Amino acid sequence: MKPTNILDPNYFHKVVDCQWACPAHTPVPEYIRLIAQRRYTEAYMLNWDSNVFPGILGRTCDRPCEPACRRVRTEEKPVAICRLKRVAADHKGDIQHYLPQVPEKKNGKRVALLGAGPASLAVARDLLPMGYEVHIFDREKAGGGMMRSQIPAFRLPQTVLNEEVDLVLDMGVDVHFEYEIDSMRDMLDKEFDAYFVGTGAPRGRNLEIPGREESGKHISIGIDWLSSVAFEHIDKIAGKVIVLGGGNTAMDCCRTSRRLGAESVHVVVRSGFDVMKASDWEKEDAMAEGIPIINNRPPLEFVHDNGKLKGILFQCVEQVEDENGRLKSVPTGEPDVFMEADHVLMAIGQENYCPWIERDLGIEFDRWDCPILNTETLQSTRDNVFFGGDSAFGPENIIQASAHAHQAAISIDLFCSGKDLLKDRPAYGLRLRSSKMGMHEWAYDSEYDGSVRHLVPHVDPSITLKDIKVEVELGFDEKLGLKEAQRCLNCDVQTVFTEQLCIECDACVDICPMDCITFTPNAEEEVLRTTLMASADNVEQDLYVSAPLATERVMVKDEDVCLHCGLCAERCPTNAWDMQTSIINIPSLAEPSLPRARGVQIMPGKNDSTPRTAKL
Amino acid sequence: MTFVSKPAVHHPKLKLNELGLNRRDYEGSLSTLCAGCGHDSVSAAITLACSELSLPPHRFAKISGIGCSSKTPSYFLGKSHGFNSVHGRMPSVATGTNLANSSLHLIGVSGDGDSASIGLGQFAHIVRRRINMLYIVDNNGTYGLTKGQFSATNDQGSTSKKGVPNLYAPIDLVSMALQLGATFVARSFSGDKAQLVPLIKAALMHPGFAFIDVISPCVAFNNHEGSTKSYGYVRDHDSQVVAADLVMHRDEITADYAPGEREDITMPDGSCLRLRKLSADYDPRDRLLASNYIMQKAAIGEIVTGLLYIDPAASDCHTIMNTTTQPLSELDESVLCPGATVLSEINSSFR
Repeated sequence: MKPTNILDPNYFHKVVDCQWACPAHTPVPEYIRLIAQRRYTEAYMLNWDSNVFPGILGRTCDRPCEPACRRVRTEEKPVAICRLKRVAADHKGDIQHYLPQVPEKKNGKRVALLGAGPASLAVARDLLPMGYEVHIFDREKAGGGMMRSQIPAFRLPQTVLNEEVDLVLDMGVDVHFEYEIDSMRDMLDKEFDAYFVGTGAPRGRNLEIPGREESGKHISIGIDWLSSVAFEHIDKIAGKVIVLGGGNTAMDCCRTSRRLGAESVHVVVRSGFDVMKASDWEKEDAMAEGIPIINNRPPLEFVHDNGKLKGILFQCVEQVEDENGRLKSVPTGEPDVFMEADHVLMAIGQENYCPWIERDLGIEFDRWDCPILNTETLQSTRDNVFFGGDSAFGPENIIQASAHAHQAAISIDLFCSGKDLLKDRPAYGLRLRSSKMGMHEWAYDSEYDGSVRHLVPHVDPSITLKDIKVEVELGFDEKLGLKEAQRCLNCDVQTVFTEQLCIECDACVDICPMDCITFTPNAEEEVLRTTLMASADNVEQDLYVSAPLATERVMVKDEDVCLHCGLCAERCPTNAWDMQTSIINIPSLAEPSLPRARGVQIMPGKNDSTPRTAKL
Repeated sequence: MTFVSKPAVHHPKLKLNELGLNRRDYEGSLSTLCAGCGHDSVSAAITLACSELSLPPHRFAKISGIGCSSKTPSYFLGKSHGFNSVHGRMPSVATGTNLANSSLHLIGVSGDGDSASIGLGQFAHIVRRRINMLYIVDNNGTYGLTKGQFSATNDQGSTSKKGVPNLYAPIDLVSMALQLGATFVARSFSGDKAQLVPLIKAALMHPGFAFIDVISPCVAFNNHEGSTKSYGYVRDHDSQVVAADLVMHRDEITADYAPGEREDITMPDGSCLRLRKLSADYDPRDRLLASNYIMQKAAIGEIVTGLLYIDPAASDCHTIMNTTTQPLSELDESVLCPGATVLSEINSSFR
């Protein structure tokens, strides 16, 4: 193999599995270290820069970082990254002095943000400090979008939501709430310099089976129903409730029903339990509240008596692997099952729906009714219109929306300054800084903490099930939070190898607890992977290969299960190994709130030939 | 050294041996030697060899003298028996151990100071007595614990860290062991585990006295330009003659060698010691040739490594003396004190 180019920002970025997996590339290990130092305000601000809604996300994030966490590979359970984010939010102090300054004198450019959800708010956060005049339009009476309308208060208290939404709005957004956006043409007539569409994926899927129309008034679309509950148009549900669907919306629907007085609640899913879209922890929480999840039951018919819903008839299926290894539903031949219901909530998916964007404005759509966009710039086929969040590529999540927003804000700024959206785009950068402080002293807690994942305490169900506004999770207290923070492996403190210094004494090979390091004759990657100290079967994880050493062998390090414990560097007599903190510069319009640790800037942040990361 | 100990967590796919143990189960406590010390690699090689042989880690006795090398038994086979004895007296304690309990695998670890200076007499006699053990010398040519004076194995002309040359010719423990009748003699290098681990495995299975001289650089005092026991010098002057692979009887033999290049020696436990000649003019069964060859190469500055001599028909001290191989602690009173009748029979045999 060729020597690894560790100066490519993507190489070490990928080693930080959580940050790499996070759509907004939140520097997770860095904020966990701040938490460990009880610098909660700084931990919060580091998050705020990346994802804009740390308090909200610390409760509701889909957590793509956690399955990616290295601890899943070294033991089993990831670090509770999401709940540590909440720790930062819960324990933070005054953040005012960290907030970006918004200039009194505007730069003369006006930007319209359509929809007041997470994507638009995050764009506003990035544009305001640059002097843009930002207008937000939304049909509801308050900002937050789906964070307000779809996430029940027992998961996300309104105080937390309001705090973080207002933080952005108070930076000086011109808000236009209760403004029904029904024509893009009208919007364009307002002659803003740029438009950002962040109106989400507002339409819940319908289920066209017999009885649907007749018993319509007993059947609700899940997200619409949740929205009515959130805005207090609905405060109870009576009788037996069946929730159809296996995603997180279904989990929210069933738990909300349970709190609004349903006699019984069942979740019925057409597929198997393991392939349900809902996050594991949401399924666990629903089941812990005594809500049965019934799998492999596709609905056949809404049974009614002259429009009075009686229940649903379900088919019985099982999941069978086809010749391509894909699961498909096959009827078991058992008789169909009837389940009684007085009310049905359908949470079987969402889709993009923009009838208000006239199709003759130069904004083109694909056959799934999603706008045609440049995936990097998020620019539509009409040059002054940008999309982000669920309205861009279909339903995703909040963290993806903030990631889109950062990119869209950069694009809007480039567009308004008359620059090229791709060529003039800031590049990813990397800074490395040795974390060696002295003999056996490192600027991070290098020692491996073997403790298992700590559980987040919950409020007793006898209280939470009675009041929809009581938050179920208590969050980690300071003591538990500090313990959980110690589980982080500090994957951003990189093992950096300098060939010229190595005397090939094998000390690092002997001390490495995970058998990551091998000195071996060079070979092709497939061969090398099988001939290392421990075979490197996880091809998702890179091999770090040095230039040839004095013996013409190479050093090969399998990044897969490295604990970043620094023992290789402690044992190295010549400092050929060093533990260096890597700071990945993710391009962002906003200046960082915190003075980030100084280090050697290896890659300039702007206008160089560095490949931009492939991941958005 | 490090202050952070190696955590117990290990690679999720670490191989298990026949006892269901992995390599990490054969490790010892945290090393206090200097970072990069060759001795730590020797400890790691012993760990690897014992685990690959699936030997029970609690059935070892580790004996050592004094010195950096003699600290190392703490750093491998943490669950076994050990005796960190008096300077140069490891052979006496090892002899006693073997006589009292020959069922334990016996490893003696010594250094060039411990074996070639203060303990040279002891070294000579344990070779002569054929104790069934593995005797390893971690040979770095320097007194590390007392800050880097030349030891007796340091080559003439080799310099100290400050550039002062050594005036005396070295004692070559390998040549001495050959001359004194050792039945397994090898030399290796701490920086070459591919060679060292199979040698340790073969030595542990050898039914007699097995000696391995391991050149193990001292990073603190003897790893500089003027040293002949530095990582760089040894790599440049290493002349490998015979590679040994211990092929367990259960392992499938897959490698294919040209005739004459390969020789298999069946070991007492049924396994097979496979020798591969790396030098055409070398025969590891010829003691005289081995002695001459090593000295000729030394004269031109080459360090001969590999399995230098082996006598497959080796015998050990217990066989020579016809003593019981049963551990003394397991002998019951009727055996130890057979009674008046037996005593009178013995007495009458002398009349």
